Amino acid sequence: MPKPFTPKVVTANHLLKGDVIYQTATGWTRRLSEAEVLTDEADADLRLIEASQQVDAVVGAYLAEVKIVNDAPQPVHFREEFRATGPGNHAHGKQVELR
Amino acid sequence: MYSYSEFDDAFLAQRNAQFRAQVERRITGALTEDEFKPLRLMNGLYLQLHAYMLRVAIPYGTLNGAKMRKLADLAERWDKGYGHFTTRQNIQYNWPELRDVPDMLDALGEVGMHAIQTSGNTIRNVTADHFAGAAADEIADPRPVAELLRQWSTDHPEFQFMPRKFKIAITGSPNDRAVTKAHDIGLRMVERDGQAGFEVIVGGGLGRTPMIGKVINDFLPQADLLPYLEAIVSVWNQIGRRDNKYKARIKITVHEHGIDEIRRLVDERFARTRKAFSGVDQQMLREIEGHFAPPAFREGDTAPYDQALQHYPAFRSWSDTNLTAHKHPDHAIVTISLKAHGATPGDASAAQMRLIAGLAERYGYDEIRISHEQNVILPHVHKADLPSIYSALRAEGLGTANVGLISDIIACPGMDYCALATARSIPVAQEIATAFDDLKREHDIGQLKIKISGCINACGHHHVGHIGILGLDRAGVENYQITLGGDHTEAARVGDRVGPGFSADEIVPAVERIVDTYLDLRSDADEAFIDTYRRIGLSPFKAALYPETRVAAE
Repeated sequence: MPKPFTPKVVTANHLLKGDVIYQTATGWTRRLSEAEVLTDEADADLRLIEASQQVDAVVGAYLAEVKIVNDAPQPVHFREEFRATGPGNHAHGKQVELR
Repeated sequence: MYSYSEFDDAFLAQRNAQFRAQVERRITGALTEDEFKPLRLMNGLYLQLHAYMLRVAIPYGTLNGAKMRKLADLAERWDKGYGHFTTRQNIQYNWPELRDVPDMLDALGEVGMHAIQTSGNTIRNVTADHFAGAAADEIADPRPVAELLRQWSTDHPEFQFMPRKFKIAITGSPNDRAVTKAHDIGLRMVERDGQAGFEVIVGGGLGRTPMIGKVINDFLPQADLLPYLEAIVSVWNQIGRRDNKYKARIKITVHEHGIDEIRRLVDERFARTRKAFSGVDQQMLREIEGHFAPPAFREGDTAPYDQALQHYPAFRSWSDTNLTAHKHPDHAIVTISLKAHGATPGDASAAQMRLIAGLAERYGYDEIRISHEQNVILPHVHKADLPSIYSALRAEGLGTANVGLISDIIACPGMDYCALATARSIPVAQEIATAFDDLKREHDIGQLKIKISGCINACGHHHVGHIGILGLDRAGVENYQITLGGDHTEAARVGDRVGPGFSADEIVPAVERIVDTYLDLRSDADEAFIDTYRRIGLSPFKAALYPETRVAAE
């Protein structure tokens, strides 16, 4: 039996800045908490195709698994956690920019 | 050091203009990412986890004050105020924006630097002994040959689309500080009957299939170098596997065909390539050698050094660890540690880079080297100037006295930056360094090399660390595998895996148990960790790391 579909967000890197971005219903955000959570597999595949077609805006779009905590998406895998916050060794990156 | 000719400058300007146009076409969407990626990689530009990363070549690790200042300028203007020196003797900028990269490359061009072939399936930046031209134990300075190789391999039309990347390292000293046996080709300068030549080693490499290189030619006359290397690379370029990127490196080709068959094929090919080299390359080498003439070492009284040693314990401690014998007895080689306890291995701020540039210009004959161990070297310093240099370094956070000790850790950027990483490396290095510093044990522990990689590609050289640590993703959790007894020198050896990995919380205590075991079992304080390991083997360490297994077995 196929595994049940778990919630996802579309994420990519910004073409010009290279930083991590997430798809919203109307565009893109740098905050995972504002990302559009996709709970339907067909819908998720479609949204990923739409994101991948924006070749002059985003790079490397893919679906990342999230869990919903207090109505907001949070990363499941530690790699996505680091992508959402930036490197841990210097106080810069997203953890500062988004403060 | 080599300074660019008119031809070099013109080539670089043309190449940078070409890349600028490619970036513009990417920004407008005229080039897709799939089309752009190989072009940006050819010019050292990666897209990492959080941003683009520009990898700038520091050929054979050699810089001068002006070049180091330019690296500082780039860090300040287009990055976040620092750069990261790597195990490939390169520098990486972690935060450039795509639109700025052409300007960064033009700025580098002003001082004869570039990012060409720091990525892609090409011959990469040639690395060399970081004490080249200065070490007391050196037969010859390998840098002129390294520069000849740089010129030969840069934009070499036959070698732009190879099965995989290709790395060459060269040493002019019998004490191998360039890890030549873990490169696709390793060159050791040797002499036979008064004639200069090379021992050529082929098929070494780390990564997912670590291999120690094999000698393909124990004496290659100097004049045959380029045609012989061209023969090796072209044989591999033809028979190297393109069906599987994990089997594409020459180490696999050598392993699958056997060194004798590769030697036969290379000799056959060499018979043809040799004729194409009329001797112009040797004329060029003579011209290049002129650029690397040793400085006129100044004479002078070394009394200030002797006095400082006597009266200043911190200076003495730093001298004990951070100085190496120079070929001129009144001089020393200074290793500036980029491993302050708790800091990121290999990172230097713009202010630190400028300080180093100034010290090199004032005291060091304007020479700087970057080591594959992620430190900075002032290769020629008169001993009388050492106290002043030490004071200046300390004031900028560069006075750490730990070169060769347990906190002088090699660590790749790991998952804090790298898109390929499977776990973090930097915090592991920071925690180990801090833990041993807190207890002030590292001088007692002595020479011990810890090398950490955040994935199987082994940029952190973990296989050849006395203690190697490899970070992996085990079912969504960071997990660290330990190897022991690796050796990066002329006695190169791949470390032995101790057993199951450790979690992020367990890895530092595990290293402490290894060190405690060593301290308990070493014959005396002069027996270094690697010598104890060679004497007693893996078992006592395994027992200390996995006591429950021992109990179960009993």
